[in-house]
Amino acid sequence: MLEMVLWLIGYQLLGEFIAHTLGLPVPGAVIGMLLLFITLLLRRSVPRGLQQHVPVLLSNMSLLFIPAGVGLLAWWPLLQESGWRLLLALVLSTLVPLLLSALVLKTLLGRLRARE
Amino acid sequence: MMMAATTLAKIASSPMAGIFITLLAYKLAILLNKRCHGHPLTNTVLVGSLIVITLLLLSGISYERYMEGGRFILLLLGPATVALAVPLYHNLPKLRRAAGPLAIALCLGALAGILTALYLGQGLDLPHNVVLSLLPRSVTTPIAMGVSEAIGGIPALSATFVIVSGILGAVLVKPLFTWLGWRDDMVLGFATGLAAHGIGTARVFQLSETAGAFAGLAMGLNGLLTAVLVPLVVSWLM
Repeated sequence: MLEMVLWLIGYQLLGEFIAHTLGLPVPGAVIGMLLLFITLLLRRSVPRGLQQHVPVLLSNMSLLFIPAGVGLLAWWPLLQESGWRLLLALVLSTLVPLLLSALVLKTLLGRLRARE
Repeated sequence: MMMAATTLAKIASSPMAGIFITLLAYKLAILLNKRCHGHPLTNTVLVGSLIVITLLLLSGISYERYMEGGRFILLLLGPATVALAVPLYHNLPKLRRAAGPLAIALCLGALAGILTALYLGQGLDLPHNVVLSLLPRSVTTPIAMGVSEAIGGIPALSATFVIVSGILGAVLVKPLFTWLGWRDDMVLGFATGLAAHGIGTARVFQLSETAGAFAGLAMGLNGLLTAVLVPLVVSWLM
């Protein structure tokens, strides 16, 4: 457990450092994820501490979004004001990229498999 | 009696109370989700947030006071995002084989997300700063807020749109894929991570590790790409 926490926070801080130094508009954690992935590629194995505890952490990832979800409370008046138009824009701008990327990926993978 | 009430108010306003309420709401949300056999509408982020909101409204605790505890839980999103590298590594062979298709799907999906938000927002006559706040809505909260600020949107409003999009994607993806008869977990995960970022990723992890791994990958890459694309789209098309 301790080992996992050290790995994850360490890589997040490293990511923050790189983002700040290079002036990237990207959160440190996302860069940290890419760096950890590269590290695992180079090591060719996952350290025991990560192997054991990361699945437990990720299966409970929903918990971490609840405080952000409660933030809806603060914007409720404005959301109500724009009502259905805003909701329609949100629904469609979520569904279009979801379906389009799935369709493109499915088609291209199908071709890849057919060629092999 | 008076003293008990003041003591209770004191305890209710400590950060620990916010943490406890969140954990309790999450536990209840999981129980409901299990009881309903994982029905999409019993999504744990959606139900958990609604339970906390109800508790706050009933008890009169303000959002700001709640967040004194809530922010500790939100803080853990960082390390959890880093941890997504592990399932991704486990799916390395799949990732290698599909690198080309993934890259193309990523670019088209990212662009489609930004452009639909732009044209729908304008077409439906939403206020200009609301449209700007909509553009980065398909990426993870901290990126969305940073991008929104850079283009003149309202960062806190973008964060809310991110949450709504995430919940919408998480709730709709499984029924939609079942209806269309699409079964590939890699496709499902990648599309969900792209359109519904972390909340979608958290959802598809409940389906399979492969779906979760590719959702995490799409979320990270779309975050990077959107941070670059949104300012360009704004300067070209607005």
